[in-house]
This record gives sequence, structure tokens and C-alpha cells, in this order.
Amino acid sequence: MKRQLTLGILMASALALAACQTKAPEELPPPPAPAATPEPAPLPSGPTPGSQADFASQMSGRDVIYFDTDRYNVDAEDQAALQLQAQWLQRYPAKRATLEGHCDERGTRDYNLALGERRANAAKAYLVSLGVDGSRLTTISYGKERPVALGSNEEAWAQNRRAVTITID
Amino acid sequence: MKSLLAILALLAAAPLVAQDRPTPPAEQPAADEGLTGSVSDESDWQDLGIAIPGFATDADVATPASSGGTAALGKELARVITSDLRDNGLFLPVGPDVLPQPTYPEITAPAFPTWKSRNADMLVHGYVQGMADGRLTVGCYLYDVALQSELVRGGWVVTPADWRRAAHKCADLVYSRLSGESPFFDSKIAYIAETGPKDHRVKRLAIMDSDGANHRFITSGAAMALTPRYSPDYSKLLYLSYLNGNPRIFVYDIGTGTQRLVAQSSNPTFAPRWSPDGKTILYSMAIAGNTDIYRVSTMGGAVTRLTDGPGIDIGGSFSPDGSRIVFESDRSGSQQVYMMNADGTDQRRITFFGGRAATPEWSPRGDQIAFTHMVGNFRIAVMSPSGDNLRYLTNSWQDEAPTWAPNGRIIQFFRTERNTGRTGLYQVDLTGRNLRRLKTPVDASDPAWGPVLP
Repeated sequence: MKRQLTLGILMASALALAACQTKAPEELPPPPAPAATPEPAPLPSGPTPGSQADFASQMSGRDVIYFDTDRYNVDAEDQAALQLQAQWLQRYPAKRATLEGHCDERGTRDYNLALGERRANAAKAYLVSLGVDGSRLTTISYGKERPVALGSNEEAWAQNRRAVTITID
Repeated sequence: MKSLLAILALLAAAPLVAQDRPTPPAEQPAADEGLTGSVSDESDWQDLGIAIPGFATDADVATPASSGGTAALGKELARVITSDLRDNGLFLPVGPDVLPQPTYPEITAPAFPTWKSRNADMLVHGYVQGMADGRLTVGCYLYDVALQSELVRGGWVVTPADWRRAAHKCADLVYSRLSGESPFFDSKIAYIAETGPKDHRVKRLAIMDSDGANHRFITSGAAMALTPRYSPDYSKLLYLSYLNGNPRIFVYDIGTGTQRLVAQSSNPTFAPRWSPDGKTILYSMAIAGNTDIYRVSTMGGAVTRLTDGPGIDIGGSFSPDGSRIVFESDRSGSQQVYMMNADGTDQRRITFFGGRAATPEWSPRGDQIAFTHMVGNFRIAVMSPSGDNLRYLTNSWQDEAPTWAPNGRIIQFFRTERNTGRTGLYQVDLTGRNLRRLKTPVDASDPAWGPVLP
């Protein structure tokens, strides 16, 4: 559906281009190549390389890893995300990062603060194991105080059990 | 702070002694015998009708405690006493707004036939006098209407600012005499006031009297504040603050408005607790993600690490004699309640109820431990210190963090509403029957009830 729509727009712009030309070409113009399409190419005003905005855009969601209830182990999916984070951090060795540990609301306050600290440290330990200097990484736990998903259901809780990497500009 | 100390000193020196205060005329000798048997059973005393008419004054003088002078203040005192009893589900109190006002001489010579005709079992009389130095003398008398005799009396000298304390003392006197329980009204509560959306709650440290009066915000909300605990003498508050960005425990001095870090460490610290004598602080600290419990003197000095396992060990609540600590640990794989000696030795698990057990708080009486039991929903429960005799006091979606009334008969906790994340303070008695929400200016969590003021 979405693809069809895009195609429609492309064809319309090709027609518009054709209409502007003063002379008919001797040969038919080649079919609109991808290069010629007005794809939302990276704008020159995109995130500054090495900035937190750049990090977030490069990670496209993988600046966050997620945990099971009451757990803090880094699973295969988390590892892939942390590897991507580590690559970025190694590309910008002057950059520091904070790892935020969060929990869902279905835990007691004190325990969740400790659990969030555990999660942030699990993420940090994995980054360090990939060669990121530990002195560049700090951790902070917000326990259950800063949810991103606001519902009280399994789906929301799964989104809130997380460790978020934020680089420091 | 200084003024509070002065009052405490005065209270210790002057009050409760009948001959120390100017007594109303025509005082009868007290016949204080023969009633204890009839009020020892809870189910009986709960149904006692108590008339609490306005307190009388010998001379209506101006006082900063009331815009209406001591006469109006007398009525206010009776209202506070009535609310104390009614709001806590104690007895069947009837307040001054629907009762005739006794005269000053009647305070020590009640018109018993009048009160009998109103079906009052018990009668509270009192007086308030403005003293030359501006302070107030408040007298409180409890009478048995059927026996036409005085059961107990008390008197207190307070500054105008502290007039409500005299009412709470009178309510405590009535409650203790009729129930046989220890007093609890003249006490305070620290808690966290909450405002704002669920994903960005503004959390402020706040304090109030046990009845919600004299409410005061301590912090502005700029830095998130959590989990306060009142020092046993009410001079300080331990709490967690994200001041400077990281969670750390501070001890805040209420008198001076200053605070300091409890632990000088780059590591985060959580879950502060006082020992019953106020000389020791427990705190939990995470190092490289592993949280353990530490103790340190209030004066500072050497820190003792009490737990050293790889699990999360957190919180801690002392037995009333200070010899043992009940705490929370997930060393078995899930949150459970453990017991240890105050030096960290002899650690053993005491909860085997299934589910998770958290936030243990030792009753000031020593006979029970309140905690949060999580099996799906979060419920407030009590058990004996041996880990036996589990009893639920609440049944809601999310109730957590119990704190004991100073007499060990009532528990406060906070309740979170599903989806909205709205919070409120609640209290329930040990029967589980009298559950009510406390009035707070905004949403509220993390209550911490302090002891009865001297």
C-alpha cells in the first residue's frame, strides 16, 4: 500500500519533469532511476556527527535495551544493540555516556532503585567488555520513577524495564 | 527547633501535674476505680459514645492560637479531639458543634443528667486558659457518665503555635484510658508529595501532624525526593534526593534547614533508616550494581557493612530494642524478608509465603512485622518476627511501604492507582476493618510515621 503510493508520487513527478521540457527527446527518457527520485536524502542540517542527536539517530532505537521482569541479564538482542553503541563510542573516543537503569512500576520503590542500578551496570559491563573505557561511562538508576510507557499492562511494563544510553555532548 | 525544645522542656517539667496549674474552682476528688474491666475488650470500647463539648475558659482573652480568643479556641480544641477519634474509627464521638457548651465551673463538676439524657457513655471536658506570658494551659478530663466519676485527667502548657498538640494529648489520654493501648495522636508524618504526569512526577519532601494539620513542604521539587524517615526526636529527616543528578541519602536538619550527605561516596545510596534511639543510620549502597546494607553512627565515623552477598540487600528496620534488623534481599532469586543481628551476623530468611515479600517494618511494640506481599497485586500484610502468622490488612492493586503508628496498632502505607499512577496515603488498623485515606494537599507516597512526642 505504502509502496504503491510512493510509486504514484514518483510517476507524477516524472510526468511533471517531462512537461517542463521544451523539446521532446529523440529517445524516450529512461525510467526514473532511484538516484533521480526526491528521496528524503540526509539533509545537510542533520545531526552533527558525534553528538547525542547523531548517536540517537544512528542507533535508531538501539540506544535502549530491554529486560525481563526482575532480570538484568544482557541477552543476544541487547548484545547486538550494545555492540552498535560500542562502535559509535569507539568512533568518538572523546565522548562520554550515561547509562540510565529503569524498572516497571510493579516493584517496590527501594528495590527498583537497586534493580535499575543493576541494569545500568549490566549494560556498562558489556560495553566495557567490548573495549569501551569504563571511565567514560557513568550509571544512574531511576527505579520506577521515569516510565516511558504510561499504561499499567504487560506491554507498557516491558517498555519500561530498560537501560538507556545517553551520550554527553 | 529551639522553640520546640523549649516547649518539650516545659512539657516535661510542668504538665500532667494537677497542682502545677491553676485549677478551676470546686474541684471534686477523683474516684478513679472500677472501670477498667468494662473497657478492656476492643469490641466493647469501640462502641462507646463519647460527648466532647467545647472546652471552657475562665476569661476570654486574645491568643495567637485563635482569632476568636480562648473561648473560640476551646471549641477548636474539642473539634480536634473529636476528629482524632472519629477519623481513626475509635469510639462514637460527638463534637462541640452539636452539644451544649459547659460553663467553666462545670468542667470539674459536670452536669451528668444532661449528658446521660444525650446517651453519652463517656464525657470529655476541658478548659483553656491564657497565661500572662502568652502561653496556654489546657486541662482535659474524662468522665464516666453512668458512674458519674472522673476516669483520668491531664494538663499541658503549650505555646499558642502548639495548641493542637494539647488537643492531641487529650485525645491520646482518652484513647489510652479507654482502650488500654499506648497513645499515638501526638505524632508526625513525613511523606512525599506528588504532582505532575506519570512519566515526570514532581516529588517533594513534606511533613505534617498525624491528623494532616501543620502541613509543610520541605523541598521545592526541583530535585526528586523519595523515601523519607523522621528521626525519633523529629529534629531531622533522612531522605533520598536526586540533587546534583544522582540519588543520594541526605540528613536534613529541620531546625536549621541545612542538610548533609550521609555517605561520602561516589556510589548511589538508597533506603535510609534510623535506629529506634536515633543514634544509628542504616543505608543501602550500590557498588558496581550490587546493593548492600551499611550502618553508620549519626555522628559519622566508621561505616560497617552488614551484608556482602551478590544479591540486592536493601532497607532494614530495627527491632524496638535495637538488637536485630529485619531487611529485604533477593539472594534467593526473588525479594524476600530476612532477619539478622544488628551487627550483621546470623542472617536468615523468614518469609516463605510464595510471591515476593518486601519493605519489612518492625512494629514499635516488637510483636509484628509489617511488609508488602506481592503475588500479582501488592498487599499490606503483617507477620510475627518468626515469619509465621501471615495476615493481610489490605487488598488492592498496589499497596506498598507500610509504616507503623507509634503504638503499633495502626499502619499507614501508600496506594497507587492502576494506569493513572495517582498515589495517596492510607491507614488501616490491625483488624483490617478501619481503612481510610488520609487527606493530603496533593497526591502522596512513602509515608513515615514518627513516635509520640514527649
